[in-house]
Amino acid sequence: MSAVSARVAQEQQPPFAPLQQARQRALHPELGNAHVRFIGLGKTYPGQQTPALAGIDLNIQRGEIFGIIGRSGAGKSSLIRTINRLEQPSSGRVLIDQVDIGEYDEDRLVRLRRRIGMIFQHFNLMSAKTVWQNVELPLKVAGVPRELRQRKVTELLELVGLQEKHQIYPAQLSGGQKQRVGIARALVHDPEILLCDEATSALDPETTESILGLLRDINRRLGLTIVLITHEMAVIRDICQRVVVLERGRIVEQGAVWQVFGDPQHEVSKTLLAPLQPALPAALQARLQPQPPSPEAALVLNVRVSGKDKQAPELSSLFALLGGQISLLQGGIEPIQGRALGQLVVSVANSPHSHEQVIERARQWAAQVEVLGYVV
Amino acid sequence: MWFDRLLAGVLDTLLMVGVSSLIALLAGIPLAVILVTSGKGGIFEAPTLNRVLGAFVNLFRSIPFLILMVALIPFTRLIVGTTYGVWAAVVPLTIAATPFFARIAEVSLREVDHGLIEAAQAMGCRRWHIVWHVLLPEALPGIVGGFTITLVTMINSSAMAGAIGAGGLGDIAYRYGYQRFDSQIMLTVIVMLVVLVALIQLGGDRLAKGLNKR
Repeated sequence: MSAVSARVAQEQQPPFAPLQQARQRALHPELGNAHVRFIGLGKTYPGQQTPALAGIDLNIQRGEIFGIIGRSGAGKSSLIRTINRLEQPSSGRVLIDQVDIGEYDEDRLVRLRRRIGMIFQHFNLMSAKTVWQNVELPLKVAGVPRELRQRKVTELLELVGLQEKHQIYPAQLSGGQKQRVGIARALVHDPEILLCDEATSALDPETTESILGLLRDINRRLGLTIVLITHEMAVIRDICQRVVVLERGRIVEQGAVWQVFGDPQHEVSKTLLAPLQPALPAALQARLQPQPPSPEAALVLNVRVSGKDKQAPELSSLFALLGGQISLLQGGIEPIQGRALGQLVVSVANSPHSHEQVIERARQWAAQVEVLGYVV
Repeated sequence: MWFDRLLAGVLDTLLMVGVSSLIALLAGIPLAVILVTSGKGGIFEAPTLNRVLGAFVNLFRSIPFLILMVALIPFTRLIVGTTYGVWAAVVPLTIAATPFFARIAEVSLREVDHGLIEAAQAMGCRRWHIVWHVLLPEALPGIVGGFTITLVTMINSSAMAGAIGAGGLGDIAYRYGYQRFDSQIMLTVIVMLVVLVALIQLGGDRLAKGLNKR
């Protein structure tokens, strides 16, 4: 891929300026390796009172998979579209490689957009063009010679596993295959950034998984920065490294995915995470009482494992702290970014300690302990 | 002799409709593209141009063909030097057909999913690329269907033009069928027109279906 990529890069883009970037980095160490940077970004649509985006300050690092999550209407789409200026911000700036893209004219914008691939929820493939022609289109409009186009399209269709289908029209493909064509089309200029706009929201869970796998693979092999928006927490969990939570156009929470998942601070994050948490079994729910009916009643606790230390939770120390008979009612641990996250719903009976002491002791072991109630 | 006269009539009708529809096609598509892309939020946004052009199209669309034809007589004389015969009919036919077809083509172009335009912009298409590689190919089946409707409407109009001296099947039906009460001629012309329209419709439908990959 590299030989072809280098040629495309040479022909289509202004000379790469690593020196200038290195100087920028030396001048502004606080930016680190920021690939995309938003400074005080705001967007208000004409005729609307409330802004779609307000005061967004954010750095997206080179080579990371960055997630933007929020409920519908939170401003995710507007935010991701300011990166390739499909959306014009009303205030603030967007910097890509420390360069402000706000004042770009059509020529520079076209060149910028060839460095940024984008895939869409509804794929947005040209229905009148074959798979091959769809993938070829970005090269064609860039004036890439036929031979090079041929090689590049073949290579990309192979990458997404659709080389057999190149003469077919999109209408005859399944959703997952359409998104693969979309990915091939987005990567055909060897972009440094890939924007994913709800890329898996129209797909079934199995297909979602395979598309996410493909994105992860591309991120690893090509080292490109992926920015994705979604309303599904599971997508963030599966491939992102960092995440921001948007609500009404503002960032309400941000951090490493394991942090936000392990210990969500904002109500919106908690709401969005709720579908991923197993519900308490109905039988247990029915038996729970808010007040202890007797001192002997068993205490039911939800002990959350937030992944603060990288080891798997060590249970014997928890048991030693609580004392008595401990039964696991529900729970599980899953690894996110190499950290163990999850929750354990346990009942504690016949402990030598009082209920209050048991709760206190549980808190020594885990940061978050919720008292669900009491059962006899 | 009757056969010759009918054949000449068919050829005249085809010539009138053919020439004016060709011009309407060549002028109507750019007109439709301008109408769509200059509108609010369009890729070549130009509200004033859009309004003026839209008003102009509406003006010509609202005048009945019979009146338009008579009103255009001085203009026709200026262009082709005569107000009689096939070529004189081409002028009002073209002027009536172009806005008609442009409006139909406009609808097809407008139906192109905005997401496709967004995708094209995101992949680094210039605005002309979007017109050429996205809008026109995606709207093509609809444009072909619209052109079929335009052709049939123009055969209709050409018969009207025939009545005031343009020649063609309408002229034959009017002079021999209506003025001389020759119902046999009238019937023959009707059958020929029906066959002509059916052929055009069939051909247009087939082409549009073949082009539609959705």
